[in-house]
Amino acid sequence: MGEFRMPALGADMVEGTLTEWLVKPGDVVAKGAVIAVIETSKSDIEVEVFEAGTVTRLLAEPGDVLPVGAPLAVIGEAVESAPVESAPAESAAVQSAEVAAAPAAETVSAATEPPASTVPAAVEAPPPGAGVAPLPVRTEVDASAQATRPAGPPHLEAGPLVRHLAHERGIDLATVHGTGRGGRVTRADVEQLPPPGNGIRIRATPYARRLAAELRVELATVHGTGRDGAIRAADVRGASARRHEEEAVRYPAAHKKAPERRGTDRTPQAAPAPTVTAGRPAQGGASGRRTAAMRRAIAELMSRSKREVPHYYLSTTIDLTAATQWLHRANRDRAPGERLVPAALLLAATARAAREVPELNGFWQEDAFVPADAVHLAVAVSLRGGGLLTPVIHDADRLSPQDLMARLKDLVQRARRGRLRASELSGGTLTVSNLGDQGVESVLGVIHPPQVALAGFGAVVERPWAYDGMLGVRPVVTATLSGDHRATDGAVGARFLTAVDRLLQNPEGLAS
Amino acid sequence: MNAMTRTTAYEIVQDAIREIVPDADFSAVGPDDKYREALEIDSLDFESLVELLAERTGLRIDEDDYPRLTTLGDAADFLAERQS
Repeated sequence: MGEFRMPALGADMVEGTLTEWLVKPGDVVAKGAVIAVIETSKSDIEVEVFEAGTVTRLLAEPGDVLPVGAPLAVIGEAVESAPVESAPAESAAVQSAEVAAAPAAETVSAATEPPASTVPAAVEAPPPGAGVAPLPVRTEVDASAQATRPAGPPHLEAGPLVRHLAHERGIDLATVHGTGRGGRVTRADVEQLPPPGNGIRIRATPYARRLAAELRVELATVHGTGRDGAIRAADVRGASARRHEEEAVRYPAAHKKAPERRGTDRTPQAAPAPTVTAGRPAQGGASGRRTAAMRRAIAELMSRSKREVPHYYLSTTIDLTAATQWLHRANRDRAPGERLVPAALLLAATARAAREVPELNGFWQEDAFVPADAVHLAVAVSLRGGGLLTPVIHDADRLSPQDLMARLKDLVQRARRGRLRASELSGGTLTVSNLGDQGVESVLGVIHPPQVALAGFGAVVERPWAYDGMLGVRPVVTATLSGDHRATDGAVGARFLTAVDRLLQNPEGLAS
Repeated sequence: MNAMTRTTAYEIVQDAIREIVPDADFSAVGPDDKYREALEIDSLDFESLVELLAERTGLRIDEDDYPRLTTLGDAADFLAERQS
């Protein structure tokens, strides 16, 4: 309980814009629920609340620009009947937004104002790795995506009247083709559209609408369980899950595996969300400024790394025959949304190798190495418009390749749409860069300080390979390690790469 | 079941790609070009593309079929053929 404040999302953030509240006064929020969307100069970030409670008061309006640490809302003690359930964070937030609507008035008046000095977890000193990836950067990519896709909070070019009209008619502005100047959506654009659902306005929460767009669920096909039949996020997720069950008829093998994963994966998009990634950049304007801001952030971090960190580089070529065959077997009879790509196995091997060689998993701080207490892999994700983000897969060494795949897909999609959460951009203990899809064979990367190593993977390629005195053609990948020579010597790095190789020879072991 | 013509299949493929890469410029990608390279579709995007195609056509698409989805023309041929 306390004040929910403007979090520091990256070392260089001074202020942020509150884009959207996902809760209102009276709402009961579960720990970890996403309650607001904050826009920094570089990206839109979903911000979670780190303790359960009741939203007592909102202190800021969407559009407000506030410095880091400024109070945004007052979160009071959770009421007894709080529906704090183990539902995914987002749906919990939305759900409580509906459920708790009625007792809102009492809660507001009854709640006592917590002491102003109470600092929520969100603004506590970041963990050592928090500054590792200060590139939560939204590019022009997102801006162009929003012109065509209902992604993220609206930064659409449309005036308030047009927005209102669209809202009235239940039209998602992000889906409207703007014919005005600079692609601006005009009143006529909205008016000429048939309202969705054959003229009947579909009642749905704004969040449910966005979710439906992301999961590609037709709102007209969803049964709403909210007030007056309004569709809630949970209904959309349910519809998405049912669709996947139907798919299971076509791909029986996946049917057995899918529920198991959904049960264990608490990520909101555990049901495999189809990728709708962002497009190429639009030129100039706000998006151009964002790109420039991202470039500066990358430049600052990389310059610091090359200035301060004496890098050493190691590389080894790994036979992926066993891994490839295992993947092929695993993917047989799996619905496309459930299939694994080699990156899932490479990440699994990297995370487990980091656990085996803890000297590479941690931070260089005050002239000494501080090992991390868990393996949180920061994954470099390139954006179509240029630039990169490094969202973090927490506790990656404890995830199966299938769970890693789900996390990877989810993070990549949201990174490219500017829909990452604050916690997903911090805490990385080791970065992985996989440039295989870009067609190169090896990656000699630059370490993200204060981390002390970066693992790189190139493309999986077929090469002549000697095995048992015979020459054959085998799939291979070049794995590399960039190490901070202050923290480790080459021998440690070599142990790491050897471990990655050994783990990839036994994919069954990674999967168990 | 209505037979899917090759033209329809071609449109389905283009539409699905457009969902992955919203401003995909098909004027630069001919039916025989490798669209993944031209449109920067990585392996995760490609899995999503296959997912979309399977969903929209109701067809089963296995990993072994992926080589048949290399160009727009091949992909259209494959979908039309599998449907019939």
